[in-house]
Formats: sequence, C-alpha cells, structure tokens
Amino acid sequence: MAENFQAITTRREEAQGFIERMVSRGLGWARKYSLFQYPFVTACCGMEYMSMAGARYDIARFGAEFPRFSPRQADLLMVVGTVNLKQAPILKRVYEQMAEPKWVIAFGVCASSGGFYDNYAVLQGIDKIIPVDVYIPGCPPRPEQVLDGLILLQEKIQAQSHKLIDRHPPEPELVRPAGRDLVSGVNK
Amino acid sequence: MPVQRDFEGASGADSALEARLPTKTMSLNMGPSHPASHGTVRFNIELDGENIVKLDPEIGFLHRGFEKSCENVSWTQCLPYTDRLNYVSAMCNNFGFLSAVEKLAGIEIPERAKFIRTLAAELHRVCDHLTCCGAMALELGGFAPFLYAIEARELLWDRVAELTGARLTTSYGRIGGVDRDLPEGWEKKVRDTLEKVQEFRAEMDALLTHNRIFLDRTRGTGVMSAEDAVDYGFTGPMLRASGVDYDIRKAHPYWVYDQLDFKVPLGTTGDNYDRYYIRMMEMAESISMIEQCFDKMKPGPHIIDDWRYVLPPKPQVYSTIEGVIGHFKIVMEGIKIPKGECYAYTETPNGELGWYLVSDGSGRPYKVHCRAPGIQLVGGLEHMVKGSLLPDLIPTFDAINMIGGEVEQ
Ligand code: SF4
Repeated sequence: MAENFQAITTRREEAQGFIERMVSRGLGWARKYSLFQYPFVTACCGMEYMSMAGARYDIARFGAEFPRFSPRQADLLMVVGTVNLKQAPILKRVYEQMAEPKWVIAFGVCASSGGFYDNYAVLQGIDKIIPVDVYIPGCPPRPEQVLDGLILLQEKIQAQSHKLIDRHPPEPELVRPAGRDLVSGVNK
Repeated sequence: MPVQRDFEGASGADSALEARLPTKTMSLNMGPSHPASHGTVRFNIELDGENIVKLDPEIGFLHRGFEKSCENVSWTQCLPYTDRLNYVSAMCNNFGFLSAVEKLAGIEIPERAKFIRTLAAELHRVCDHLTCCGAMALELGGFAPFLYAIEARELLWDRVAELTGARLTTSYGRIGGVDRDLPEGWEKKVRDTLEKVQEFRAEMDALLTHNRIFLDRTRGTGVMSAEDAVDYGFTGPMLRASGVDYDIRKAHPYWVYDQLDFKVPLGTTGDNYDRYYIRMMEMAESISMIEQCFDKMKPGPHIIDDWRYVLPPKPQVYSTIEGVIGHFKIVMEGIKIPKGECYAYTETPNGELGWYLVSDGSGRPYKVHCRAPGIQLVGGLEHMVKGSLLPDLIPTFDAINMIGGEVEQ
C-alpha cells in the first residue's frame, strides 16, 4: 500500500494503477468544474462574452464564472476577438505566464482562423502561436455556441489524465541545472 | 550652517522639521490586456506618487486593415466591415456608410426606409449606451447595474435579431434602403421590450445616479472645458457633457430626425458624471424616438426600385431577361457608383462618424476613409487626466467608451 502510494505521487511513468485512474478521474472532475478563465478580450466578440457573463446565459452554471485577470491564477485562456500582429506577442506571453494545467479556447472565427480579415495586419488564427483546445466558430458566436464549446472542453478535460503531483522527485545528488522547469520537470 | 539642505524640488517655506526628499517619477505600463479597460490600448504612464504626470496612449492593437480591406471588395461587401467598427452599435455605422455612398450616387431613399433606419439606429444607440454605462459601473465596482444593462441589451438584441437575423453584426442596410421590411408583429414586441428596457434603465438609474461611491469616483474627474473639447475635436456625448450644444441629428438632420421631437441633453461641468448622465438621458430620448417612428411610419417600399443599385426581385430574375441581367451585373461587377468623392457624416453613439469616399466609377471603392469618433477622444485623454490620480483614469477611460474597432481603422 505504502509503495503504491509513493508510486502515484512521484512516478509519472507508472500512472497505470487503479488508484491512479480514480485520482485522475477525480482531479479531472474537479478541474473541469472550476475553470478560472483569463478573458483575452480584444474585439467585437467581447460583446458576446459580456452577454455570456450576464444573467441570461450565465456561464457560472458551468463552473467557469470567475474571470481572473492575472494569467498566473487562470487555467483557461479565452481568446476573444481579433488578434493582430502587434497583439500576437502579448498573447503568447500571457499564455506562457499561465501555470499548468492550462487550456485555450478560440472564441470566434477571428481567433480561430483570422476570419474575414484576410490581410496584412491580422494573425491568421491563434493556433499559429499557441495550442488551442476548442475552436468556437461564428462571427460572433452566439452565447449558446460558446457554452457548447465550454462543455466540449469540459469533456476533454475529463478524458485527459491528471496526476496528483505532476513532477519528478528531486534527485538528491544532482545539482539542479539552470533553466530547469520545475512545473513539468522537463529540462530545457 | 543650514539645517536643511536644498534638495532638488524642495521649494517654498521650508521647515526644519520636514524632511524633503526629492521624488522621482515612475513609469508604469498599463495594458494592452488590462482588467479595467474594455478596449485594447496600452498606456505609458508617468507617475509622480499617485498623480499622472504624463500619459501616452498607444493604439494599434486592434488594427485590422479595415480601410485597405474595403478597397478590395465591392461597395456592398464593405458593409460587414463597417459593422465591426463600433461593434456595439453596428447599424449606426452601417447606415452612416450607406448615407455616404448614397450621397455619392445621388440616391434619395424611400420615406419608409428612412424611418426604419432611424429607428434601428436608435435601437442600437440604446444598446451602446447601456453597454457603456454598465461597463462603467462594473469597473467602478458595481456588478448589479451591469447585469441590468446586459439583460436590457439582451432583450433589445432579440428584437434586432428578429429584424436583421443577427444579434450584433447585422449588415442590415443596403444601398438605396434596407434589406427587408419590418417583420410582422414586430412593432408590438418592440414597444413591449422598450417598456421593459425603461424599467431596467430606471433600475440602473436608482443604483448609480445617487450612489455615493459612484459620485465620488466620477464627479470632478476627467474634466474637459468646452473650449478644449472643441479644440480636441470631441463630438457626441463627450462634447455635450462639456456643455456644447452640438448634435448632428439636430444641427444637420438626416433621415427623419427633423420630424421627430427630441431633446439634446447637455452637461455643465464636463466631468465623467455628466458623461454618464447624458448617456442615461439619451437612452430615454432614443426610446421615445423609436416610438415616434412607429407612430409616424407609413407603409411603402423599403428600398428604391433601381436595378443599377438594387438586386431585382426574385420573380423578375427568374422570369425576365432584364431581371437576370440586372442581377448578373450587380453580383459579378458590383454596384457601380459614379466617379467622385464625398464626405458624409452621421451621429453615432460616440459622436460624429464621418466617411470620406472616393469612387473611380468601378464596382469597388477607390478609397474609404472613416473619421471615427473615438480617436479624438483617446487623443484628449492625457489632457483630461493629467495631474489627477491614477484611479481617475479608469472612469475617464470608461466614459470615453473607446471601441478598438473604430479607433484603429
Ligand atoms: S469573429 Fe467576428 S465578431 Fe468576433 S472579433 Fe472577429 S470580426 Fe469580430
């Protein structure tokens, strides 16, 4: 039992056991219903974003109520509206500042593909710079569509595997190399 | 030996008991993704303590190549782009652009189309003001007024969706009129909705207008004198808050504004509170204007009958050769607007929306330039907040109601 327990808390390669699956499912359940979002609102789609936060569509019903305006406290990045080339590095920076686990929703066609702004100024889809989990089409999408997208994301989160502690145990005799990413435990 | 050393910046009556320390200004970067700014803009602020010494707004984070895009498409295809200028009141932009095109082509639109344009534009004006006031309340810490505003806007958008098919980006106008007539039974629904909106508006009014916190944050902040407002090129509610009686709907009436009875609310001090309150009053005026439009409207065509500018009705297209040719020419070549240039302007919720158009006689615009109301307002921001506290920037910026889409064409 004790061995087992250590295994699930420390060794990511061995996440196969029964308890781990239960833990993963439980964590998935907890994570999908407590999405703290960072609304990266730039353009017209923001109006529908406001509607969605309003009383009628009420995104709070899906546990994604609370916008956090600090990327460090958010785990869902909602890119709402057009991202142009001047904005793109900022979006990337915001994404990089978010802690794992994190997900991204592209809200509207502009964020998904550049929309009908097929010109010199606009980034043709945010997936050129950051990974996207769910794309919501529409110019702007209706709030129902957005909620549907959110439910899709929740299903996706539930199906992913989650770990209780997502890192390797510290290796005692090793001096920690510079540039080591403590969160994912990957050496850069 | 002097007790106090003369530091830089220490002047006036020095007392031996006061330690005067030289202060340095601090530069602060705010935005472009900031919780308290609805609109992507970056402020480079220089602060002395908490007072703003210098403020440099940097725009361009929503530049979408609007003017250039318009030159690559036909005149009708420009409409979706104009929707997304001030996306909170799409129809005002839409019809404003069409007015300019019609001026260039010398078209007079039918009376009923004028009424429909007026009332639809006023509907969207209410939406815009609701959003502005609600967002202002939200950013000053009041969530409830925002919810009322959004719910009222939601009701209006339902009506807009029935009329145009879209909630936000409508593309409802056409050269020579509007796309389709009012739906059946729509008038009754709108009247009911407006009553409800009035209730929500009254609720917001009760929550905000005499609210101590709201008053403290908005009264006396971001003051702009009438002369300065004119000098900076302000228009719309921002100009009227400073006490200048200029509303294009009154000064140079277009469509049917000369037949309607409405007042232009004016401010006295030019502070943020006046700007807020003018918007609240204008909402009431707009609602009464919509009702007057319904009263005065008569049945008739909603678009001109000229196949050079308007698609022929479908039965004609399918049964007559003229109809087919008319349809074909418009679809394939675009609507041909005579050679020339013009400037036309309308009053949008934020102020004067001007269009300078050049046509070379082909199916596409040669040049489209938009004089958006927002850009002058952002330009005047430094003047309004210079010397005041940093927190005053928030209500001032909200009162400007900067919409990225129109500022950064
Ligand atoms: S998808 Fe459409 S509504 Fe949304 S930001 Fe782009 S242009 Fe605006």
